[in-house]
Amino acid sequence: MDDSGDRFPIGMRVLAVDDDPTCLLVLETLLRRCQYHVTTTSQARTALTMLRENKDKFDLVISDVHMPDMDGFKLLELVGLEMDLPVIMLSAYGDTKLVMKGISHGACDYLLKPVRLEELKNIWQHVIRKKKSDPKEKNKTSKLDKTTSESGSGLRSAGAENSDENGKLTKKRKDQDEDEDEDKENGNDNEDPSAQKKPRVVWSVELHRKFVAAVNQLGIEKAVPKKILDMMNVENITRENVASHLQKYRLYLKRISCVANQQASMVAALGSADQSYLRMGGSGHFHNNAFRSFSPNGIISNLNTPTGLNGHGFSPSGLLQLGQSQSFNNSSNDQLKFQPTITPVNQNILQGMPMSIGFDHLQNNSSKGVFPVQNLNTDVKPTFPIPNRFPDQIPKVTTSSSHPPSLGISNNGLMLETHTEGKHGGIGIGYGSSSSSVSSRHSDFSFSMLDQGRHSDNWSSVVPLSGIQTNSFPSSDCFRQTAIPPSDNMASLPLQAGYPGGSLADVHSQGSVFTNSPEYINGNLPFQGWEDRNQDATYHSNITYGSINSLAPVNGAVVPRGQTTSNSTLHRNLDTKFCDPRQMKHAGFADLTECSSSRQPRVNIVSQQKFSNNLGSLEYLASSMMEQEQDKMKLLGGDFICDSYSGGVSL
Amino acid sequence: MEKNQSRMQLVAMKQSFFDQGLLDEQFIQLEELQDDVNPNFVEEIVILYYGDSLRLISSIEQALKERNLLDFNKLDTLMHQFTGSSSSIGAKKVKAECNLFREYCRAGNIEGCMKSFQQCKKEYASLRKKLEAYFQLARQVGSSEAACRSK
Repeated sequence: MDDSGDRFPIGMRVLAVDDDPTCLLVLETLLRRCQYHVTTTSQARTALTMLRENKDKFDLVISDVHMPDMDGFKLLELVGLEMDLPVIMLSAYGDTKLVMKGISHGACDYLLKPVRLEELKNIWQHVIRKKKSDPKEKNKTSKLDKTTSESGSGLRSAGAENSDENGKLTKKRKDQDEDEDEDKENGNDNEDPSAQKKPRVVWSVELHRKFVAAVNQLGIEKAVPKKILDMMNVENITRENVASHLQKYRLYLKRISCVANQQASMVAALGSADQSYLRMGGSGHFHNNAFRSFSPNGIISNLNTPTGLNGHGFSPSGLLQLGQSQSFNNSSNDQLKFQPTITPVNQNILQGMPMSIGFDHLQNNSSKGVFPVQNLNTDVKPTFPIPNRFPDQIPKVTTSSSHPPSLGISNNGLMLETHTEGKHGGIGIGYGSSSSSVSSRHSDFSFSMLDQGRHSDNWSSVVPLSGIQTNSFPSSDCFRQTAIPPSDNMASLPLQAGYPGGSLADVHSQGSVFTNSPEYINGNLPFQGWEDRNQDATYHSNITYGSINSLAPVNGAVVPRGQTTSNSTLHRNLDTKFCDPRQMKHAGFADLTECSSSRQPRVNIVSQQKFSNNLGSLEYLASSMMEQEQDKMKLLGGDFICDSYSGGVSL
Repeated sequence: MEKNQSRMQLVAMKQSFFDQGLLDEQFIQLEELQDDVNPNFVEEIVILYYGDSLRLISSIEQALKERNLLDFNKLDTLMHQFTGSSSSIGAKKVKAECNLFREYCRAGNIEGCMKSFQQCKKEYASLRKKLEAYFQLARQVGSSEAACRSK
């Protein structure tokens, strides 16, 4: 719209979304009368696709509240998070509650049908306002990501700790990184504070979203830091920042795919061995009891054991639960192999997982912090339902509401208990329930990035990310047979707390953190209903997947796109790497995508797991993104568990 | 002469719609949007509305068949759309009935829902009939005017 920029608001590009053809046509005509450039669609998903294709294609989005394929509020959140465009809500009803919901989800305005020409004549003000509030925005016609910068800065302060962690992790990563990272050149250079002039870059959800979007656009194989940097068009980050982030991201993707695989098998395996899984929990932090019960194998299945998981301690093994439920059941014990390794992790993870543990937290309160899972529709409060719910079945993460988050998963606390108990599929990211403290951390972590206002329950998109991240992927570790060095995870965990994940907590603050609205869960909530709810969960997960996918945009949705491919790679990696929390993040993320497709919706968690550690943030972001993208994410649970599900964030 | 009469008739008809509260200002707005580029805009919208409404009405009817197990959320969503499209064309009375339905729905009042839905349907049918007559006349007037102009 650059050419019409001078004549603004003439030529302003509006995307109108409404499932009612009559209203849509009227709206379109009115908008054209205002001399705007109008694109219409009756499907929210189509709208998202269009927006994701090119963020710069539109200046403003007008959307109906009630739509069959996706809730208008969710679309609103996603657009705000991913593309940071002003969104105007449209509805035939103007009750205060609805309007409030719109505002809290980030709407710039709320119009009542029938819309009048006069009202539409002024909507351009929102575009200007958004642009103006972003000091970084140089080009007024460029995407309005003021929010990003603002949130980013907010995040920085909050996530300072993360950055450090990230830096450290990055360094570690470098060593361990066997990625085909082509831009290692200075991937970690920026870790060195002395070398950097700028303060450490905190990869907020927004930032990560852009990053992922850029990567997706370039193609994961061809994504080079320089190009990514250019595409992201964000100030205050250097190519080095991007490079190191990319590195982590790749690892994360790998991890996800690995985890996804593992989780699936784990789920299957877990189904059989419920108690063993909990063993993994070992983690002192977790409420040990919870973990103990988890037999290593069944990490996934263990989740079912409520005791272990009980929220607090979601035994790290819970990680598995997340997505595993579905896949696990089938797979036999190959997954279980993991478990043994996981155990150690659990402990650490739990501890470290400030975030992930959210489960505990979750359990305690709707805690928002922990669940990145955002959508934990179910009352999040239960924080990972695991405890209660876990039926012996594998913790399928089915996001569907009722199910307590399969947290059980791996130590990492990813325990996303999707305890959706009754609520949404809520991702129960039961992060290893281990630490309620963790979860609290999350909550503290007010996700500045996310625009907390949005979250009001649905935070589907936002939350997932954060939740996951903080959770330090203990889960991811879990899966990997290699028993992810818990410390690693743990370390990351704290970070995560700082990390957006924390914000998730806040984000959710509104509702139970995890309330994953079924829609949302997609990305995040894999866990939801472990086994027992499977049916529901599946349903939910599916739904969530859908929603999560939409949510995914938060991350820039990029993930989903490119994920499938990366997922496969990730899977491979997972086996080997397991749990490197960082990696997991990515992997988790990738896995999530993969998982989702392959598995049942439940698994969302997988992606979340990754979040621990550096990757945690990455994963976190990824997961949040992934969640959104992945309709199918549900599956992640299984795979996910291992994945860095740091936060237990089930995808 | 006839043309004038028809035109006057048309105007009177439209006015009566407003007087009876069948239509509101939104309809006027639609008319304002009609221009040379969109000469039949209003009619197009209305026809679209008919199609929409039929679909929605039958969906609602279907949902209402559940009698005692009404899914109020679903009903609310369906009705929301119907309300939206009705208001978009300015169908005032229909919209009012829809709102009433919504109230009953929220209250979980099955009987109320049934009743108000019947009212909705009635109002809709009545409006549709009148609008169809209106547009038919408008077409006649338009065509005769066109015929005149072509002379």
